[in-house]
Order: sequence, then structure tokens, then C-alpha cells
Amino acid sequence: MADGVKPRVKVPKSAAAGDVITIKTLISHPMESGQRKDGDGNPIPRSIINRFTCDFNGKNVIDVTLEPAISTNPYFEFEATVPEAGEFKFTWYDDDGSVYEDAKSISIG
Amino acid sequence: MKFKAMTALAGALAISAVGAANADPVDDTLVINDEIEMTVKTAAPEHMEYVDEVMSGWMFRNDDTRDMERDDFDNPGMLGVEAAIEAWDTVEGTAGKACSDCHGAIDEDQMVGVKPVYPKWNEAAGEVWTIEMAMNSCRTEQMGAEAWGYNSDDMINMSALMSYVSRGLPVNVAIDGPAAETWEQGKEIYYTRYGQLELACANCHEDNYGNMIRADHLSQGQINGFPTYRLKNAKLNGIHNRFKGCIRDTRAEPFGIGSPEFVALELYVTSRGNGLSVEGPSVRN
Repeated sequence: MADGVKPRVKVPKSAAAGDVITIKTLISHPMESGQRKDGDGNPIPRSIINRFTCDFNGKNVIDVTLEPAISTNPYFEFEATVPEAGEFKFTWYDDDGSVYEDAKSISIG
Repeated sequence: MKFKAMTALAGALAISAVGAANADPVDDTLVINDEIEMTVKTAAPEHMEYVDEVMSGWMFRNDDTRDMERDDFDNPGMLGVEAAIEAWDTVEGTAGKACSDCHGAIDEDQMVGVKPVYPKWNEAAGEVWTIEMAMNSCRTEQMGAEAWGYNSDDMINMSALMSYVSRGLPVNVAIDGPAAETWEQGKEIYYTRYGQLELACANCHEDNYGNMIRADHLSQGQINGFPTYRLKNAKLNGIHNRFKGCIRDTRAEPFGIGSPEFVALELYVTSRGNGLSVEGPSVRN
């Protein structure tokens, strides 16, 4: 179980209908690759975020598979068109089965 | 790492331009969060004999790295600051106190202006103290808690928080009075050649800033941005650890982290940045 995992999201509070907005997300996570060994030569088990998704009003925006080569504290920046007011929902899936969630609402105007 | 992806709703894939490294230092200004105006270039303090203008290490980094520091969300060093804000309110030790019991909640701004004057002379101890030494004294004397390791994550994070609350204020360490002797010692170290490569700090950071050292750009070695988030090891780095790395690279035996020699060197090098903004936690390669 990874310690100190905390998701962070930055979404504009409002936008005009049809606007393309930039979304930034960051989750603090060690992203242990499984390739390293500890001081005694034993392999350190893999422990990474393996999937990240973003949905807007139930409709999928982005769905990413993460691999062990991705560095600690994975950062995603992507764009989305906002057709209407609603809520962005962000979900990160951990190797250990944990699911981390965050949500941000956006208004039109 | 920036990762841009096409989305179901997005119109087009935005590709960030790859910043070409031009002549150093760059002609650029740093405003953090569109709010805090930083002094990254200013007239050298009077005591410096061979340099007219001092520049933050930020000026020597490439476009992408500089951009990461413009917004706190993009600055991974802020993770350390967040951890320290939690530690600030955490009760530890036999006295049952947290930092905030004496120094107030962090947003009461009582700690603003503390970092820019460190390292400074401590009358009771009769020596120059770095902010790390002051924090450990707080822990052992006031809180009855165990001292933090000088280069531990807890220590570096708290040091980053102290820097964060004073961000934008000018570095202003005293080099006269009782601190003068330590400052002279630091200056001596700065200009002494060490190691098999026989390099002094000055050989790279005074004589050759703006030039390449193998694949990297030599800065003036300013430390106003410490603790620094380094992309190479993906964590916040303390200043003594950085000194150690530099001296190791001259193939010398480094002084110890937290040693009197490094405290003196820290005072001297900090004083070379008097007038630059406190910039920590900064982002470097």
C-alpha cells in the first residue's frame, strides 16, 4: 500500500459553452517500478497507478493506461471541450486495489 | 512530466513546443501564479568583487523547466510544502506542542520574513545557525521531540515551507558583526580549489557561468531557490546535499552535511544572492 497518495486537480471554475479548457491533474505516488532491489538485494514489488480516467457528466473524456516507466507523482495535462455545465470526475486506480477519486464542477457563463 | 493526450471531447491534440536552449542566461521574467513578482536578476551585493550582476539559477534553465515554476500546480516541490503544512500542526514530543502552538497557524504569516535572513548569528549558541539548525533546536528544546536528520525529508519539507511563505522577499543575510568570521571562512572555502580536479566553487560559478559544463549550463550557483525540486531525482534537495554533490564532482572528499564548514559556505553563498528573491521551492534539472 502506497503512503501519502493524494490527488490534485485544476479545472477552471467556469467556461463559455463549447470552450476548450485545459485540465491539469497530479497524484502524489511513488510509482515503484518493480525493477529495483532493496539494500539486501531483494526485488521491491511493483506498486504503481495503473489507470487514470476522466469523465464529464458520465461521458468518458480520457482513459489512460499507465506503465511502470512513468515517474513518481504522475502529472497529466489535457484539453476538453465543455458543451454544458456539469462535473468532471477523476479516478486513479492503484495496483493494490485502491481507487482515488476527485471531482470538479464547472459552470457556463 | 507533461503528458498531453487526445480526448473524446477535445478537438485537437496540442503539442507543446520543445524549447531550444539558446544563449544563457535567458532574457525572461518570473511571475509565480500570475501574482508574485520575483527578482531573478539584480545588481550584485557590494562585497562581490568579480561579478556585477547576480542571477537566479532559474535564468539558466530551459523553457520547460522555467515554466514549471510559474504555477504552483506545476511545481512538484509544492508536494513537500503541503506535507510540511500538515507537520506544522502536528503535536510531537514530550511538551505536547506543535510548531503552530508557538508560531501560530501558518496562514497567520508569523514566519514570513524568517527565511530571507538565515543563516544568521545565534547569540545564545554563539555560532551561526542555518534555519535547519534553528528548527532542530525548536524540536529538542521547546517540543521535547527528536531532532530531524539534517537532510531528512521532514527537514527539507519544513525548510521548503519556510521558503514558500517568504517567497518573493529579497534574500538579506547579515555578513558583518558576529557573523563576519564565519562569513570569511565561507568565502575562503568558496575560493579554495579542492579535489583531484582542483576546482574551487568560483572556477565554475564565477569564472564560467553561462558556459557549458559537458551537457549542462553552468549557473552562478545561487542558492536563493533552495530547497530545490530536481527533475533528476524527483525530490526536494537541501542545500548542503547540493554542496556535497558539487564537491564530490571535483573528486574531493566532501564536508559533512550540517558541518560547520558547510554552514559557513551556506552563509557566504547565500550572501552572494542578497537582493534576489527567496524562490524555494524552485524547480531545476
